[in-house]
Amino acid sequence: MELIDTLFPLGLAHYITGGLLIGLGVSLLFVLTGLVGGMSSVYSAVWSFFSKASFFQQEKHFKTRQWRLVYAAGLILGAFIWLSFSGSGMVVTSVSWERLALGGFIAGFGARLGNGCTSGHGICGVASLSLPSVLAVLVFLSAAIITAQLIASLG
Amino acid sequence: MKTAIYWLAILGSGTLFGLGLSISSMIQPEVVLSFLRFEDFGLLLVLGGATGLTMIFYQMAPHILKTPLLAEQFGQKPLETMKRTLLGALIFGIGWGICGVCPGPAIAGLGAGNWPLLIALFSMLAGAYVQGRWWS
Repeated sequence: MELIDTLFPLGLAHYITGGLLIGLGVSLLFVLTGLVGGMSSVYSAVWSFFSKASFFQQEKHFKTRQWRLVYAAGLILGAFIWLSFSGSGMVVTSVSWERLALGGFIAGFGARLGNGCTSGHGICGVASLSLPSVLAVLVFLSAAIITAQLIASLG
Repeated sequence: MKTAIYWLAILGSGTLFGLGLSISSMIQPEVVLSFLRFEDFGLLLVLGGATGLTMIFYQMAPHILKTPLLAEQFGQKPLETMKRTLLGALIFGIGWGICGVCPGPAIAGLGAGNWPLLIALFSMLAGAYVQGRWWS
């Protein structure tokens, strides 16, 4: 038990419940519509509204932008429902805007170059037993851990 | 033409996803960063729970059903070259380690009033634009 308290000082239940709900959402999307619901693609797909560049006008972007936006709207709705009923109150991050801006830009670039993020490779890719996705998860987890620990040690 | 139920199914699936991200506190970059610093390993339970359940459905559904219930065919994650996937993953990981925000939580967090995540959201959009325009 002590080990569990050390590894999970905030408890286990909310992590497991939340993870299963995420999995249920991705599974339901697949069983009902056949769509593979990673989240990073919407960041390229929305550019098909604003840019005539051939990359953004590919079918995989402009033909999927509608459902990807509806799916993204669902994410916001789900979080709003949680805010309304959990009684936890709003949580506003104290991570600095510089880190959000720099990290966000690099993460957005990398996720689209590698065609997947934590949900695209991590959930959908691994669940599809795709070798590149499994390796991608190991690579991005390692890179993120090293980066975060370096930043923490630099203060 | 897709029916209203089809679009509701997509919205509902996203809603479950957003609810899960909120309950598991993944919309708080602080919690993600505490995992990356080995202070709380909860993120592994979230990722493991979500992936495990999805794997069952991804593997079983195409054997049990001929088609999805509301569409013509099951999609697949597009195949990419290994080198590009891993380079992208490396860069993504560095950015994620800096800010503690993934593409999903950057969107979901807005619904819970975590408004500074808008900065991450727009930065990710900018990153995606630069990738598509000049490194595609």
